[in-house]
Amino acid sequence: MDTAAAAASSPETDTRREAIRVEDLHKSFGNLEVLKGVDLTAHQGDVVAIIGGSGSGKSTMLRCINFLETPSSGKIVIGGEEVVMRGDGSPANQKQIERIRTKLAMVFQQFNLWTHRTLLENVIEVPVHVLKVPKAEAIARAHELLNRVGLGGKEDTYPAYLSGGQQQRAAIARALAVDPSAMLFDEPTSALDPELVGEVLTVIRDLAAEGRTMLLVTHEMKFAREVANHVVYLYQGRIEEQGPPAEVFGNPQSDRLKQFLSSVA
Amino acid sequence: MTGLFELLGLGASAELLSLSGWGGNLLRGLANSLQIAFGAFGLGLVIGLFGAYGKLYGGKVTRDLLAIYTTVIRAVPELVLILILYYVGSDIINKISEAMGGGRVEINGVAAGIWVLGVVQGAYATEVLRGAIKAVPVGQIEAAKSYGMPAFMIMRRVTIPAMMSFAVPGLANLWLIATKDTALLAVVGFNELTLETRQAASSTRAYFTFFLAAGFLYLMVTLCSGAVFARVEKWARRGQPSLKGGAR
Repeated sequence: MDTAAAAASSPETDTRREAIRVEDLHKSFGNLEVLKGVDLTAHQGDVVAIIGGSGSGKSTMLRCINFLETPSSGKIVIGGEEVVMRGDGSPANQKQIERIRTKLAMVFQQFNLWTHRTLLENVIEVPVHVLKVPKAEAIARAHELLNRVGLGGKEDTYPAYLSGGQQQRAAIARALAVDPSAMLFDEPTSALDPELVGEVLTVIRDLAAEGRTMLLVTHEMKFAREVANHVVYLYQGRIEEQGPPAEVFGNPQSDRLKQFLSSVA
Repeated sequence: MTGLFELLGLGASAELLSLSGWGGNLLRGLANSLQIAFGAFGLGLVIGLFGAYGKLYGGKVTRDLLAIYTTVIRAVPELVLILILYYVGSDIINKISEAMGGGRVEINGVAAGIWVLGVVQGAYATEVLRGAIKAVPVGQIEAAKSYGMPAFMIMRRVTIPAMMSFAVPGLANLWLIATKDTALLAVVGFNELTLETRQAASSTRAYFTFFLAAGFLYLMVTLCSGAVFARVEKWARRGQPSLKGGAR
């Protein structure tokens, strides 16, 4: 991971393909300005950990990237393609945002598996119905993915009969099934019992190791330090500090980050 | 045994209810009633689905119009609505027909019944389905959105299946109301079960026999519906642990 971290901070980083770029992102809920101008770039293969206290805007930022929240202003560029926005920040072209969303797979805090479908049906749903992959092919791939996240044999089980950790691993399999160019993790372990966190982190760690592009909003500082090659600290809607994990965690500059790190440690 | 049978008048009743006689009329009335109930329930579901989506996601005008529709229909007694909708409806159709140079049109009783009761059912179904859609956890729909599903596909693949378990008990109620509301169509002279029963009873003076028989038929419809809806509900609740406890 050290070499990856070094690569991220070195100048030749810029020659790698850009995956996600966020420019001057603002988001208000009514009078409450949650994001006050955030800039962020993730290249192919980057693992960007986004940390910050509650209400810092980290989840909102992630949700603005795939337009689950409508940004108030700013610019979102996914894989070199800018999302065309109306004046109010909503996507101007519904077809475009739907196409872009299929490249960004999201993993939610509350898993959000479709409860009326079995694990297998959850995993093949988007490939078959949105991406129009032949069903037999999608099923074969789904078996592979469920095996990979340690859920082989649970294909015909409904989500409600699984533990939180199993559901989240299934949700990761669902995300992998669309063969995403980047993955968005929104506090993937925050709703889990402590003893179940490890199994989900193991899966995410494997994905990071195989070079997947990921944006990871998390409260797991040790984990962020270990898997990320870039860490972003948000404070009250602004990026207070960012850099390689060794620097952000090992040598924090701002008092706020120092305070935050000592409070979560 | 035969004496008791005769004493209770059951022999006479059996004769009165024979299929070649008044009994056959009752069954034809039942078939008409069921036909209308099916049609009205189906039309009500379609209106209800559009109504629910319109109320939840529509613009201001759509929402206001739907609010007027559900409020008025649910405020006025069904019997009054049937009289209004039936006579106004047939009047309008005749006016249009005459304006286009045609003569008076014979209104098909079944079609009129389905239309009138369907409009009533639609108002209630709108509220049942609106409540069910609102009960779907927002994360289910967000997940679908975040994977690039278009709006109509989200409705078809996620929202409707996920809301079914919330909607089925209310819809089962509506279906039973539909079967019994068909009796109100007797006031516009439609030959459904209740009107057939009344005619048979007054012709033969065997009121008790015929109304008891009609009550029995309505009860059978309800019991069969209950069995069907129990299965539908079980299907709609697939994937949800039983409320009685015990995970599987």
